[in-house]
Amino acid sequence: MTDMTQPTPVFVRTAPTPARAAPLAERRPLWRLLFGDMVSAAMTLVGLLGLAWMLPHLLSWAVINSVWTGGGDECRQAGACWAFLAEKYPQILFGIYPPAEQWRPIAVCALILGLGLWSLPPRNWTKATLGLWVGGVLGSLFLMGGGVLGLKSVPTSAWGGLPVTLLLTVWSLGLGFPLAVLLALGRRASLPVPRYLSIGIIELIRGLPLLSLLFIASILLPIMLPDGVSIDKLARALAAMVLVSAAYIAEVLRGGLQAIPKGQTEAAQALGLNWGQTTRLIVLPQAIAKVIPPLTSTIIVMVKNTSLVLVVGLFDLLSAGRAALADPDWPAPFAETYLLIALIYFTICFSISRYARWLEMRMSKGSRR
Amino acid sequence: MRGMVKRLLAGMCLLALTACGQTAAEKKPAAGGPVSGPVGGAVGGTLKAVRDRGYVSCGASTGTVGFGAPDSRGYWRGLDVETCRAVAAAVLGDKDKVRFVPLTGQQRLTALQSGEIDILPRTTTWTLSRDANGVNFTLPNYYDYDGIMVRKDRGVTSSRELDGASVCVQTGSTTEVTFTNLVASVAPNLKAVIFDSTQATRQAFFSGRCDALITDASGLASVRATMASNPDDFIIFPADGKLSPLTPAVRHGDDQWFDIVKWSFQALLMAEELRITQANIDEMRKSQDPTIRRFLGVEPGNGVALGLDEEWTYRIVKQLGNYGEMFDRNVGAGSPLKLDRGLNRLFRDGGLMVPMAFN
Amino acid sequence: MTSLSTLLNDTRTRQIGLQALMLAAAIGGIGWLVLNTAGNLDERGITGGFGFLERAARFPIAESIIHYRPTDSFGWAFLVGLGNTLFLAVTAALTATLLGLGVALARRSTHPLTSGAATVYVEAMRNTPLVVQLLFWYALLTLGLPNIHMAFTPIDGVILADRGLYLPRPVIAGDKGPFVAALLLGLAATAAAWRYGRIQRLRTGIPNHYGWIAVFSTLLLVGLVWISSSLALSLDRPVIGRFNATGGMGLSPEFTAVFAGLLLYSAAFIGEIIRGGIDAVDKGQWEAGRALGLEEGKILRLIVIPQALRVIIPPMTSQYINITKNTTLALAVGYPDIALVAATTINQTGQAVEGILILMLVFLTLSVTASLFMNWYNRRIALVTR
Repeated sequence: MTDMTQPTPVFVRTAPTPARAAPLAERRPLWRLLFGDMVSAAMTLVGLLGLAWMLPHLLSWAVINSVWTGGGDECRQAGACWAFLAEKYPQILFGIYPPAEQWRPIAVCALILGLGLWSLPPRNWTKATLGLWVGGVLGSLFLMGGGVLGLKSVPTSAWGGLPVTLLLTVWSLGLGFPLAVLLALGRRASLPVPRYLSIGIIELIRGLPLLSLLFIASILLPIMLPDGVSIDKLARALAAMVLVSAAYIAEVLRGGLQAIPKGQTEAAQALGLNWGQTTRLIVLPQAIAKVIPPLTSTIIVMVKNTSLVLVVGLFDLLSAGRAALADPDWPAPFAETYLLIALIYFTICFSISRYARWLEMRMSKGSRR
Repeated sequence: MRGMVKRLLAGMCLLALTACGQTAAEKKPAAGGPVSGPVGGAVGGTLKAVRDRGYVSCGASTGTVGFGAPDSRGYWRGLDVETCRAVAAAVLGDKDKVRFVPLTGQQRLTALQSGEIDILPRTTTWTLSRDANGVNFTLPNYYDYDGIMVRKDRGVTSSRELDGASVCVQTGSTTEVTFTNLVASVAPNLKAVIFDSTQATRQAFFSGRCDALITDASGLASVRATMASNPDDFIIFPADGKLSPLTPAVRHGDDQWFDIVKWSFQALLMAEELRITQANIDEMRKSQDPTIRRFLGVEPGNGVALGLDEEWTYRIVKQLGNYGEMFDRNVGAGSPLKLDRGLNRLFRDGGLMVPMAFN
Repeated sequence: MTSLSTLLNDTRTRQIGLQALMLAAAIGGIGWLVLNTAGNLDERGITGGFGFLERAARFPIAESIIHYRPTDSFGWAFLVGLGNTLFLAVTAALTATLLGLGVALARRSTHPLTSGAATVYVEAMRNTPLVVQLLFWYALLTLGLPNIHMAFTPIDGVILADRGLYLPRPVIAGDKGPFVAALLLGLAATAAAWRYGRIQRLRTGIPNHYGWIAVFSTLLLVGLVWISSSLALSLDRPVIGRFNATGGMGLSPEFTAVFAGLLLYSAAFIGEIIRGGIDAVDKGQWEAGRALGLEEGKILRLIVIPQALRVIIPPMTSQYINITKNTTLALAVGYPDIALVAATTINQTGQAVEGILILMLVFLTLSVTASLFMNWYNRRIALVTR
């Protein structure tokens, strides 16, 4: 490995290299990229052959032999059974929520997605938007649960599908964030007790699979609380998700905190601000602004994590889709159903990741100026 | 590196703390003495809690049609569900003052132990280890046996002939033990394919991953009726001929609640014994038969003994019918399951259901 | 009086007081939970403790690396589950690293089809949840493949059906002792020769063939021993029986689904990590390599990758830990990993606290071990600065 001490050269060229043509221009024409040399040509050929072999199969499955209308019997000897999705989409999207009340989960989804879209442009990052979020999320909870303003009460055990996925994501991030700020500050503290406590909590949670945390929340938590106190099943799963998002966000925030020059705090102290003011007014705003792009990828992680509540018997999007698949009248069109579910997740996660990239570019432009 | 070690130590300390606390806690029972009579649950603790809350909280499965599953409008139906509704009718006067908590296999016992639910009527087999572990089983509401379902065209009619096959098994059920016993006795080459959820187990069977599905015979009938595209393609036979009584359970430590749940179910049996039905109950109330008068609370005594009013049996039968009606409606001739009443007939008719005296 | 107020206003005192409060709150919180648990368990008459680990488990485990019978103890069942978890994690991590390298190179390729396909693959994998993917693969393997009686058998002894993939198993008949000894000896000699050859080459700059000579002599030796001890190689071919294929060696759909799912999912992340690492190496390094007349492959292998590793290792560590944690999702498709064993044990015994504590302890140990190992490796390859 460390042969630096050896005086003799490691690589000795014995003959001069033949002169080469001048390097190609930056932009090479497409045909040249595809067929420029033997290797490229071979790869192109293999790729095209593969496509030529797969496309007819895919087309005949997805389009030509597929079933768009009708019942389960039409689907038995055919290609893709899109009719199943047409028939079952309310069940996949909203679970066993009472069909008569289905406008409520639809409204909740629209509310959360709308709020999400509204918050995209950085000029909307205001206190008012934060207020909107708090109001919207609490409102959607009432809208789902009912029992007020003449809305029929629907217990959480009947909630399902996309609204559960969205609510779990939004709540776990919203509640996780303040906790994460505390953990991140604690981890950076000079005092040993908060530091080790934060490190312990963060590393404990990050070292455990989410599944085991969900087990703890769903099985152990009821035993750990005093007699007579019981928390809703959905809320318990949420508790586990909040802890996870807090631990992950805390690690992201720590990066932001570390990137703030010491001069900032020193200047604040020189101005006579105390620790709380320094943190709240000087340190945190800068740290959070720095870590917004990585924070968005934490959002993606949490969106994907919600699919795990399946193992504790909650009806998120995935479990609702699986339940729909169990209908004996249909020949279990699993590929279509899982593709739909995957597509919904993909749309959410991919847009967030694109958005993150856009933000990052925008911010790096800003800092260059 | 040093940061890592520090982190590690901190994590371990935290864990050790929990673990130590745990072992210390485990030693406590000896000091605390036996849990005789009213400790935490107190007499009437659950009853009072239920009345304050306004509904009975019941454990339900994540969907076994005939025993407990929401219908297309989200209304819970099934034999187990109605066993719970009977308690609600007795205690709160309305069979709909119930909430159902869908539970997976691992969650059901802890949910009951922790007080999240008041009754666990979720196709749970009465076994010693469960009974000794913090719950009290009331009385069987369905006598079941472990069954095996296979496709008819495989030509198998007994466990022995099944040797060499793959069997879908669900974790945490008594059928796991039955499977092990089958391997030890008659079919040494059986292969298990094990899943964590009922849904996964069933889907694996219908997808052709397994040759056979093993679970409670009633559950198999439910699966066959609801998940098979043609139920006649499948047959069900007993796995080992042993009986497994499915029994609603309550928490340790509240004897009054234990009694109420037991006798709410008994009321269903006694109504059938006395030939009282949902339809004729109002006439039966005018009966001069002292047993009927006593049972329906026309002559008082039964209600006050349990801490309820005297109309509780009347409400149960009026709202739900007797056990026979309930059976027919949910799992018997009047349901897609079409299960034979079999051992679940009254003792009078040659079954195992014994109505006990209401006096 | 004054001394008290100075004491109260003293920063040190305040800090100590604050910390004492925090510590008390933390210990109090944990203690409260523990006491509640103890009280609840006590009240319900639940016996705690790890004594149950010695009792017979009595539940079946579908497949395992370590031998298991239902008469074995719960403790052994946990070990068997751990064995399966580790096997899954290690195989998935190794293969995902290789595939990830391929993905990274494909993403960097100038060939538009290759880089396009790699990009689509990476985005599709990274933006959908792993559970959805696992369930999809599992459904594909069980619903998409033919029934065992109509199994796909491309050549005799290879059976592909909804029961899994069955392959012939090589069986060696005869006294295997000398053969194994020769094989081990040959391997050791080859390794030594390879290393010596490398040292010689580095010292003199002249290529040599010690390694290859050792390989061929080993082959010769092993072949001679094989003939002299008259060993016979036969294939145990799987046969389709009444219900299942018997004989041969099989890969169950459960393992295949969770393995393939983990591999494809993790390879996308690893690919991006490796790509990031390669991109982080200065362009000048490539140009310098080219100026020296090295081939592109050699530049990558000898110059770029060793430098990229320094960037790659830290995120790779957390990726490997993620793979280990993600193995718990095997539960969704019925591969008996430690989470499934824990879930079953909790169900059979009602010892929820103990079962979950074991699960937690196992994963904390695995995570810590993985980070320690990767830290050691990271230090080994770290840039030596003067």
